[in-house]
Amino acid sequence: MLGLQAFFFYIFAFIAVGGALMVVFARNPVHSVLFLILTFVAAAGLFLLAGAEFLALILIVVYVGAVAILFLFVVMMLDLDFGRMKHGALKYAPFGLIIGLVLLAELIIAGTGNFYQPEIVRSTALPMPDLYEVSNIRALGAVLYTRYILFFQLAGLILFVAMVGAIVLTLRHKEGLKRQSISAQVGRTPATAIEIRKVESGRGL
Amino acid sequence: MEIGLGHYLTVAAILFVTGVFGIFMNRKNIITILMSVELILLAVNINMVAFSAFLGDLVGQVFALFILTVAAAEAAIGLAILVVFFRNRGSIAVDDVNTMKG
Repeated sequence: MLGLQAFFFYIFAFIAVGGALMVVFARNPVHSVLFLILTFVAAAGLFLLAGAEFLALILIVVYVGAVAILFLFVVMMLDLDFGRMKHGALKYAPFGLIIGLVLLAELIIAGTGNFYQPEIVRSTALPMPDLYEVSNIRALGAVLYTRYILFFQLAGLILFVAMVGAIVLTLRHKEGLKRQSISAQVGRTPATAIEIRKVESGRGL
Repeated sequence: MEIGLGHYLTVAAILFVTGVFGIFMNRKNIITILMSVELILLAVNINMVAFSAFLGDLVGQVFALFILTVAAAEAAIGLAILVVFFRNRGSIAVDDVNTMKG
């Protein structure tokens, strides 16, 4: 009898793997992005099963809500010739297939073999509290804002630099566009703003 | 049947290899290459979370959080470069990226 956890694990695992394969093999990049979203949602399910609730939700918020949508925007914004791109794709497939299969064999041998026994590890760096007493989000926040505060700030800095970099790269100044010049506005003095002329009576300027 | 560490590692390994294969398969399409890189990072994250869960160690999840951050930053910068390159050259085929011969 398959347990409920195993049942859901296999569902999420097969969706994730199938979605990943479709990302690679889909002809249309828009479909690729949509399958990428599917893969991320399934991976979030796997995280939930493993007890990492916060990461599962963050995966959906960050990846599905931001990164994948960014991909979708770029794919739809750029006027690309997808037919030409797929042309000659099979040229590299055998090479990639060989490397992929060798890599997969190595990983499975290393991962499922008996070289590694989790029971041996006794000295955990940061023991996880019981999920029934302290929720995952609370436990993660308790260490993230104290012990790993420096790395947390560094992550914020990385995101900030990435944001500034992306804006600087894609910002485009159009020529001949009238813009507000705040320094010119603020820098005005009565001497430069007002011109006093003596108007003689009976005549215009 | 109990779901163990090996199950998670196998799923992550398959995702990782799919990502690597995607890089070789879609040599012409940088967008798909970037998506493959995202798949690889996701596989790494699954590994982190699986080890974290089965060793009872919270550090793995903290680390996975930082990997996620870097992955998001990488995607943003990569796509920005892609947009700029497309504006300048009108194509994003990898074969066309050979102006810098150095």
